[in-house]
Amino acid sequence: MSVFVIRRLMQSIAVLVVTALIVFLGVYAIGDPIEMLISHDASPAERAQVILSLGLDRPLWQQFFTFCWNALHGDLGRSFVFNKPTITLIFERLPATLELTLTGLVFALALGIPLGLISGLKPNSVTDEAIMTGSILGFSLPGFWQGMMLIMIFSVWLGWLPSTGRGEMGSFLGIHSSLFTLDGLKHLILPAINLSLFKLSLVIRLTRTGVRETMPLDFVKFARAKGISERRIVFVHVLKNILIPLITVIGMELGSMLAFAVVTETIFAWPGIGKLLIDSIMRLDRPVVVAYLLVIVSLFILINFAVDILYSLIDPRVRLGDQS
Amino acid sequence: MSALSFLSREDALSARLLRGIASSPKALFGGIICLILLLTAVLGPLLTPQNPYDLAVLDILDAKLPPGSQSMDGLTYWLGTDGQGRDMLSAMIYGLRTSLGVGLFSGIVALIVGTVLGLIAAYYGGRIDALIMRVVDLMLGLPTILVALMLLALLGQGLWKVVFALVLVQWATFARAVRSAALVEKNKDYIEAAVTLGISTPRILLGHLLPNCLPPLIVIGMLQVANAISAEATLSFLGIGLPITQPSLGLLIANGYQVLMSGEYWISVYPGLLLLTLVFSINITGDRCREILNPRLGER
Repeated sequence: MSVFVIRRLMQSIAVLVVTALIVFLGVYAIGDPIEMLISHDASPAERAQVILSLGLDRPLWQQFFTFCWNALHGDLGRSFVFNKPTITLIFERLPATLELTLTGLVFALALGIPLGLISGLKPNSVTDEAIMTGSILGFSLPGFWQGMMLIMIFSVWLGWLPSTGRGEMGSFLGIHSSLFTLDGLKHLILPAINLSLFKLSLVIRLTRTGVRETMPLDFVKFARAKGISERRIVFVHVLKNILIPLITVIGMELGSMLAFAVVTETIFAWPGIGKLLIDSIMRLDRPVVVAYLLVIVSLFILINFAVDILYSLIDPRVRLGDQS
Repeated sequence: MSALSFLSREDALSARLLRGIASSPKALFGGIICLILLLTAVLGPLLTPQNPYDLAVLDILDAKLPPGSQSMDGLTYWLGTDGQGRDMLSAMIYGLRTSLGVGLFSGIVALIVGTVLGLIAAYYGGRIDALIMRVVDLMLGLPTILVALMLLALLGQGLWKVVFALVLVQWATFARAVRSAALVEKNKDYIEAAVTLGISTPRILLGHLLPNCLPPLIVIGMLQVANAISAEATLSFLGIGLPITQPSLGLLIANGYQVLMSGEYWISVYPGLLLLTLVFSINITGDRCREILNPRLGER
């Protein structure tokens, strides 16, 4: 087990270093870092100070080490627009994004697993056909357009739900979140649906495939022969086996949802890190862009790492297979 | 079946695919829509009522007219006009050309890059294989949108930058598929025979190995083109994809976003519906092809 963990950890670190290198090259080698990282209205003295602190007068490889060293110490530069350390800015906005992403994930699972079960238990029936066509439709719906349609229908035409912002926030156990007030929940519904629809289709398909592959297996036949009720077979024995691939994919998709939140946050003016990224690109606030990329990739790697460990705990075959 | 048995394997497969599509009303419908849209895009300028980017024919007085309105010179705007008095239908057909063009082009480049690398990995094996597959795993592990965001956030917008980003996120899928197909093929007798005959490696790879790995590639290619079209539209919507001078469907929808709240729904709804139809019809046809090629789930 520890061999497995260490190996995965090494891989994660390697990915992180590669990403840092790419981001570094994007800023330092392709573009002009002085242009990108120093505000245009900075005084010559400020410029000189930043050049010195970033080591821009030294060779490229030394700059890379300075860049990594600073990043490791949580120093990812200062935003021109907010005049704050970028890392603070990102951690201020992160809770909003996490709240949105997790709610979206819960939506996708709560609807997707039952629909996938229905579909997989009666393959090729009319219901199955309808659910599967629906899921292809969900895959094909461009996320940003789907969000706009949600706004149009539920905010503009029906006037049921607010279209922008995070609403009033409540506090529970020291956590500030829109989840704890009615107004906040109302604001959360549309963005969460928008973010979850694509994943919902994926969960449906995975569950359906899982059911179809698991149902003909011997242990199911054996359970039937033992006289276990069909309900118990499906909800306990089959579901347990489906959960294994589902967890891996969900973990990976959580990362992609964090990235895709950029789109949702832009449409619904949700004050998370995704909107911060797009605003920063538009305002040419490069240090924030760089910091966002590094933080999101680190988060992504962290999630993947956690999922892999979880996966090997649930399914011993992974661990054993890896060691042999 | 007996009538087809004299055909070579690839021909039998493409015949199987065609028959499979024809036997499913859903896929047949999707396939026909795909063809119609492709034709529309190719014939574009011949079909549109006006050239939406010729400023001489635009009249600002016609701005934001609802669908079905008449213009001064008797032209009917069936799908309304946008903020500059542009006929939406014409703008959409031009947008379709851009979207399909970018999607197909980047899909094909990714297919070529991925195929070459996948064949090399499978044929040579060993270190080269390990290296290529490590990169493939890395690319497949990162979400498409994240990689594209990273690239475009650093490089800025532009047509070729978008194409580059789309190729970069797609080639790995092809490489993996080609490699696994080629690994099965390369141990067969005909490859050994070709090697014994002293045929050059590039010719073995491209002339003998590749044709036998082709069928799964076509299906993946279709689904990837649909993905690329979606991804391009999303990036353009965010303002980091195509520049305003090359309006794709995504940019048209973004224009509509500005006026969504004031009730001018047609500026965003119709281009979105067209984009949805395009991606949906490709996906539905591709999905059927995948079903046919993957016998594990059983043919219906």
